[in-house]
Amino acid sequence: MYITPEGKEIFVLDGHTHFWDGSPENQKNIHGKQFIDCFYAYHTGLSPKEELWEKSKFEKYSADDLYNDLFIDGPDDMAILNSTYLSDFYKTGFNNIERNMSVAKKYPNRFIVNGAFDPRDGVKALEYIHYMKETYDIKGVKMYTAEWNGESKGWKLNDPAAYKCFELCDKLGIKNIHVHKGPTIRPLNMDAFDVHDVDYAATDFANLNWIIEHCGLPRLDDFCWIATQESNVYGGLAVALPFIHSRPRYFGEIIAELLFWLGPEKILFGSDYAIWTPKWLVEKLWAFQIPEDISAERGGVQLTDEIKEKILGLNAARLYNIDVAAKKKELAASPMSIAAE
Amino acid sequence: MNAPLLDDAQLNQVWARLDLVMDPELDEPVTDMGFIEAVSITWPALGQNTSTVDVTFRLPTYWCSPNFAFLMASDIKREIETLPWVGQAVVTLHDHMAADEMNTAINSGASFGSVFSDLHPDEDLGALREKFDVKAFQRRQEVVIKALISLGFLPAEIATMPRALLEATDLADPEAARQKARYLAIVAQKNLAPRLADLAFPTYQGEPIADYAAYMGLLRSVRINMEFSGSLCRGLKRSRYMEADLSGEVPVLVDFTTQTHSHACR
Repeated sequence: MYITPEGKEIFVLDGHTHFWDGSPENQKNIHGKQFIDCFYAYHTGLSPKEELWEKSKFEKYSADDLYNDLFIDGPDDMAILNSTYLSDFYKTGFNNIERNMSVAKKYPNRFIVNGAFDPRDGVKALEYIHYMKETYDIKGVKMYTAEWNGESKGWKLNDPAAYKCFELCDKLGIKNIHVHKGPTIRPLNMDAFDVHDVDYAATDFANLNWIIEHCGLPRLDDFCWIATQESNVYGGLAVALPFIHSRPRYFGEIIAELLFWLGPEKILFGSDYAIWTPKWLVEKLWAFQIPEDISAERGGVQLTDEIKEKILGLNAARLYNIDVAAKKKELAASPMSIAAE
Repeated sequence: MNAPLLDDAQLNQVWARLDLVMDPELDEPVTDMGFIEAVSITWPALGQNTSTVDVTFRLPTYWCSPNFAFLMASDIKREIETLPWVGQAVVTLHDHMAADEMNTAINSGASFGSVFSDLHPDEDLGALREKFDVKAFQRRQEVVIKALISLGFLPAEIATMPRALLEATDLADPEAARQKARYLAIVAQKNLAPRLADLAFPTYQGEPIADYAAYMGLLRSVRINMEFSGSLCRGLKRSRYMEADLSGEVPVLVDFTTQTHSHACR
């Protein structure tokens, strides 16, 4: 719960968090080391100084750290834990679903755990989707189209094998497809984070919600164009939001574009924990106003309190069928606790 | 015979050529970005009269796109080899997932496609370079137009302004002045306003600006994307290499090897 300076209670559903193990013990090879190093550079590059972590903690933090940073120190009411395997880089996966479920079990009522699959695995991918639904009743998945898989260095949402998986997701009621479309990590000329495949998949699977994490940046214009055409395409603010600290005007330009093109109903807050912690992000977002000249260039869009409340939780709650009033009551009835260290 | 003492003038010439090499994605000089790690000159052996220049560079992440890296590496080599006293420039990329293949290709004159054909068979670096030229043109143009608007020019005046007037207009803001010079350079390079009476602000296709607000929206979206990459790159590089101050006139060669990365990537 975020309490505004005026005393208003704001429901916060953090749309993008991780419980990863990037430690040297879990790294399979140099790629695993470089991957977590790259994440750490994002962390140090965009966090306020007082929020910086030691490298070793960043590589592997505890379930209690996660709980504390999101819900006790942090303002989150709930958080979506995404699963990311990167099996070519990490021995047990970067954050596999079992690891995520363990923390969700330890701290009930707080987490939505999303699964993940790799369509290039063919029939195994389909079996795994069944397994995740039956075992964990997942409501969403996280897709990582740039993931390596043997010789393949990426895939597209509109590959035939991917369509088979999405058909199954639709059938099983796995409605929310989160897709990492963000900063260039390893695009080559094929550009595995190019957003254009979203256009095809979102059109062909109108029943599914497509939440595009990082809003396609640095391809914001392509993303906005697609998200404007497709009513079932949403934008996740992870990675865009931290600029609110180091370059607030620049964040103002991004959010003005998003509000102008997508409108206030289709933008979702996400901290990308543990790259960033939600406390400072939420506080700064609540205090933020789009600079006048930037707003004027984009039809006078404003970041009102009402819109901030939607971004911080109500939009994601709608996608995951969460009754916010009931959830608030439920959480109020179960006091927060953390195991003594 | 012993090699003569290293000549600062020649090192300065090399750095001046390096200033002309852009990070294609960001449209900023690789020197400003701090990508150049070291420059050294090997004096000619007896009986020869040209030198070899070794340049090592590195990028913000291990994953930086190989095609962008290849463009930079080949531009570095080409720019330095325009110096009359240079026989050969040897370019070495460090700390990159494709460093070995890249270095072999650049220094043997092999094409990008021949080295990376397995990963992207249809790569057309010429088309890629053109794409980046469009973005560089648009980004520079937006900075200059915005500076003129802040001086009181009206959109209609911008759309019809002849190049002569732009050239004669002083922009006080140093960044705007820098971008004006760079904008005029790319306008000349692309032959978009050959006569002084030609439009100062054509589109990249050489057309007049028809709908000012829509066109500025396009330029803004190009800049938002480029700035995103630029600020991430700066942040990532600072973190990765524990940034040193590179603000001197000629960059000081600093030791970045406090964090040694293995190159055994493939």
